[in-house]
Amino acid sequence: MNIFDRMMSLDRRWVFLFLALVCVVTHVVPFSIPINTTEEVEAVFNFIDTLKEDDIIFVAIDYDPNSLAELHPMTYAIVEHAFRKKMKVIFTSLSQNGPGMADRTIRDITDSMMIERTYNGVTYPPREVKNGIDYVFLGYKPYPALVVVGMGQNFRIPFPSDYYGTPLDDHPIMKGVQNFDQVKCVVDISGTSGVDMWIAYGQGRYNFPLALGLTGVMAADYYPYLNSGQVFGILGGLLGAAQYEKLADNPGPAVDGMRVQLYAHIVIILFIVLGNVGFLMSRKRKG
Amino acid sequence: MKRQVPLALVFIFGIFMIIQYFVPHESSEWVFEFLLDWIYIIGIFALALGIWSLIRVSWEKIRYRKENWQYAAVTLLGLFFMIFFGFDYFRNFFNATGLQNFMFRHFFDYIMIPIQATMFSLLAFFIASAAYRAFRARSLLATLLLIAALIVMLRFNPYLGPLGDYMEKTASWLLNVPNLAAKRAIIVGIGLGIVATALKVILGIERAYLGKD
Repeated sequence: MNIFDRMMSLDRRWVFLFLALVCVVTHVVPFSIPINTTEEVEAVFNFIDTLKEDDIIFVAIDYDPNSLAELHPMTYAIVEHAFRKKMKVIFTSLSQNGPGMADRTIRDITDSMMIERTYNGVTYPPREVKNGIDYVFLGYKPYPALVVVGMGQNFRIPFPSDYYGTPLDDHPIMKGVQNFDQVKCVVDISGTSGVDMWIAYGQGRYNFPLALGLTGVMAADYYPYLNSGQVFGILGGLLGAAQYEKLADNPGPAVDGMRVQLYAHIVIILFIVLGNVGFLMSRKRKG
Repeated sequence: MKRQVPLALVFIFGIFMIIQYFVPHESSEWVFEFLLDWIYIIGIFALALGIWSLIRVSWEKIRYRKENWQYAAVTLLGLFFMIFFGFDYFRNFFNATGLQNFMFRHFFDYIMIPIQATMFSLLAFFIASAAYRAFRARSLLATLLLIAALIVMLRFNPYLGPLGDYMEKTASWLLNVPNLAAKRAIIVGIGLGIVATALKVILGIERAYLGKD
């Protein structure tokens, strides 16, 4: 076996080892990398940033723990941005394990809100974010298409009470709020095909502004909806989350994770190049 | 009769749902909401069947000590533990408090989340290995795919300097022009396919869902 053949048929354990080493080293060694923002992420940030105090946004946390690394940072960034601007948030989850994700997000962000922070030159004093006043978590119901259609008519049809068993009418935040007509936008953060339900049965039928937060592999599939105007912005994968964190001046796990992702990509590219050099040279030799 | 009744039901409700979509009248919405409740009721029966099937298959594995029967035992334990801790026995038995329960939340936070996150993160290694083996410039189409993938992966690489801007613009073009055209064609095709299949089911032409009997 000559060197080119070896380059083509490297034991996959070498690939695993190099990738693991790069991930560990870049995770442990702190350094920053510049992050450029794109129009589709800026559109989401600008939309939420220009909303007024007490405006309501709807955040659907439609992902399971397997997409946590990519999607949790964008949920954190968007929800904290909204809470710092004193907006109100209605949460729901159309994925089976989503309530656990939503519950964790709410706990973490309500804790974070108790600390004074400065974002983009504005100092936000600590404040207590209260269930029923600043947010409500509707919970989970199966059959996403039906839930979306039901909520379009009245949130109380699929969710007469919130996740914790309190009737929706007992929450001050829900006073006068019937359906999507009373929310400024819907942000669906999804790692499943449930996002199609939000586009087809939600935005298509009730015509609300819809933004998507998607895993990296899903993002390319939803560009047609961005182009057609059905979706006003897309946050794609960890990169999208990092861009939002940068725009919100709230660097967190996404900005932190980007250096790992960047170097992991470089390693993968180097292996692809190595394999192709071996393949082309081997083919040339054999004529 | 066994076939005619389901066919008639599918026809009546299928046609009703089509008409209802375009009639925003109160009575039409009331019937629609009523039907939504029925879907949940049917779903609950399906859930019960699913749980029963899982218990039966797992129990058979344990009983006859089939290969990897230990995993079936863990599956059953997990199922019963989560159901058991999903209820609040001391305050209100009929209120499934779910994540408010200390044990339920801890099982979810410290078992479910790490397991699923770990399984998914392992994919990175398999993707790297698969990319190294499969991304070869064997033909013109394979070369185009390879180049497109490299451009998209490199688009935000801050170490490329001025070349990075060019990569970013090219990646945006790839996503917004060829990718968008192909995806749009697929979406329109799927949409038309769904309409055709739905019509076939409503009109009784497609009957596979009824089974063989």
